[in-house]
Amino acid sequence: MGTLVEPPRVVQARVSATRTARGGRARTVRRLALARLAVAVPLLFAVSVVVFLLGAASPFDPVYQYYGTRIFTAAEADVARTREQLGLDEPIWRQYLDWAHGALTGDWGMSRSFGQPVADVVAERLPWTLLLAGTGLTLAVLIALTLGVVSAWRQGGWADRFVVTAAHALEGLPTFLLGLGAIAAFAVALPLLPAGGVADATGETGFGSTLRHLALPALVLAVSQLPWLILTLRQQLLVAFADDHVTAARARGLPERTVVLRHGLPAALLPFVTTVGTRLPELVTGVVLVEEVFSWPGVAGAMVRAGLNVDYPLLVALTLLATGAVLAGNLLADAAVLLIDPRTSPRR
Amino acid sequence: MSEKTVPTGPEADPEAGPWRPAGRRRPGGAPGRGTAVPARVRLAFAAGTLVAVVAVILVVPLVAGDAATRTVDYDAVLLPPGAGHLLGTDDAGRDVLVRAVLGARVSLVVAVTCAVVATLLGTLVGAVSGAVGGLTDAIVMRVVDGFNAVPHLLLGILIVALYRGSLISVVVSIALTHWTTVARIVRAEVLSLRSRPYVDAAISGGASRRTVLVRHLLPAVAPQSALAAALLLPHAVWHETALSFLGLGLPPHLPSLGTMVADSRDDVLLGAWWTIAAPAGVLVAVTLAVAGLAGWWRDRLVPRRRSELAL
Repeated sequence: MGTLVEPPRVVQARVSATRTARGGRARTVRRLALARLAVAVPLLFAVSVVVFLLGAASPFDPVYQYYGTRIFTAAEADVARTREQLGLDEPIWRQYLDWAHGALTGDWGMSRSFGQPVADVVAERLPWTLLLAGTGLTLAVLIALTLGVVSAWRQGGWADRFVVTAAHALEGLPTFLLGLGAIAAFAVALPLLPAGGVADATGETGFGSTLRHLALPALVLAVSQLPWLILTLRQQLLVAFADDHVTAARARGLPERTVVLRHGLPAALLPFVTTVGTRLPELVTGVVLVEEVFSWPGVAGAMVRAGLNVDYPLLVALTLLATGAVLAGNLLADAAVLLIDPRTSPRR
Repeated sequence: MSEKTVPTGPEADPEAGPWRPAGRRRPGGAPGRGTAVPARVRLAFAAGTLVAVVAVILVVPLVAGDAATRTVDYDAVLLPPGAGHLLGTDDAGRDVLVRAVLGARVSLVVAVTCAVVATLLGTLVGAVSGAVGGLTDAIVMRVVDGFNAVPHLLLGILIVALYRGSLISVVVSIALTHWTTVARIVRAEVLSLRSRPYVDAAISGGASRRTVLVRHLLPAVAPQSALAAALLLPHAVWHETALSFLGLGLPPHLPSLGTMVADSRDDVLLGAWWTIAAPAGVLVAVTLAVAGLAGWWRDRLVPRRRSELAL
């Protein structure tokens, strides 16, 4: 966009802003990351302790898990020996220390529902989840940016009314219904896309095949996250359009496109990015439901299977993994805000 | 929808709205205002839906009998909607309408319980945290942050998996993951109330910390926490049905809407759309109606917020 007039820099004489401008952004981001790490480590520790205590207080006896139905015919002495071998007769703090030592050295225990080490289950399935979540989130952000700008720009117009009404209606539609509806519409009624999984029964795995299998789950995930993103962006844009610098841009006779995209949108983008960051737990929830509906072979689907089978080691690992992912995502969002905030940009 | 159709930040003038060329300005105030659905209409829709659902929930079991949900009839499997069964039957020959109604009853009761428990817990923690302040406040808020960092559904799955099969574990798992929003709201409210003259007056009159909290602060935050409870309701319905859908929710003898949706997944592939239409319809209608009512109430109490489920 060739504009003769430079977009106005919002004058904010905040001390931190000037300091940032002088010291460079990298240092600010590094400091933020360190501060977050200082919170994240104790938090993950606390979560692991709480989860461990929850497990210790639960009526489930891991020995039953180990034996399955054979527990009814097993000899008492054998059961006692197994209990000892599994370390279940030791005090709870001792068990926790053992587990924590293993976790820190990469041994997360055995997943009973998959019959594999937990680390292998996660390593095998995490890429699929990252693919689904990444595609879904990217789609959601792109669609939200488009619809939010259109909706706020022509506030009260037919597009705006349609988008806002649809967003409110979607807020009430649970993700699993959305997924089942999508399958019914685009896989059963109109057989355009596969209804689940990541590969056809032929076992063919290519880029095109994966893309076809990814399309429906990623879209459903994106749509399930859309309402909040669109409504937030629209609201922030409306606030930004009423700002002085936007009025000033209009007074200078800049084209509407420049006013909206270069002057209004950047101001609204900061709270929008923060919203995306704070909604990451909801994204995880969405991924769990979407993976279940579409039989997607990711870690979130494994969480459900672990829950159904009381696969305690896997449950703990996945809960901690998700918590870590949310914290990392929050950090990324805040770092992004620091980087795109025009007020902290270095002087040219 | 509130009277103000322009949601604004603290610094924007709500009446002015965004600038637009005179040619595009609509007559009669802010742009878009004349075409918005009036708040009264939306309120009537939400309240009407909710009243209708509650009425059906109360009446249908009386007519059909409570045992109807469990009456399995293999001679009447997957019947389409018709005279005998208004909304058809499922794969075990059970009446879909009766089951959906009882499912809605279970889901609503669970959701209300969860919302009440979460609100009580959140109000207590938030009020104490805000009133005591200092180190306690800092610690409590870190705990709240910690709870928010763990994805709610995962914590729910974990709790239900470890303490399976009971109503209590579902209620606890939902309440434990939802009290934090209430605690935040109540704490913020208490912090702003603490500096009011009447609280100063009570303190200089010799009132103890407890008296100030119980007699002066809690009654003042009561409307806010009641609103928070109402806003939690759709979340709780949603959460419970999601858990039940995953098979980690209520025990089988309590048919929740989520269980019904999960059960009918295979039948839908056989073409029996009615098995999912009833529970899904009731679920969406109830969620939207409750959210609409709560949103209307919030707009009256806190006129600046607009999105209805987002707290």
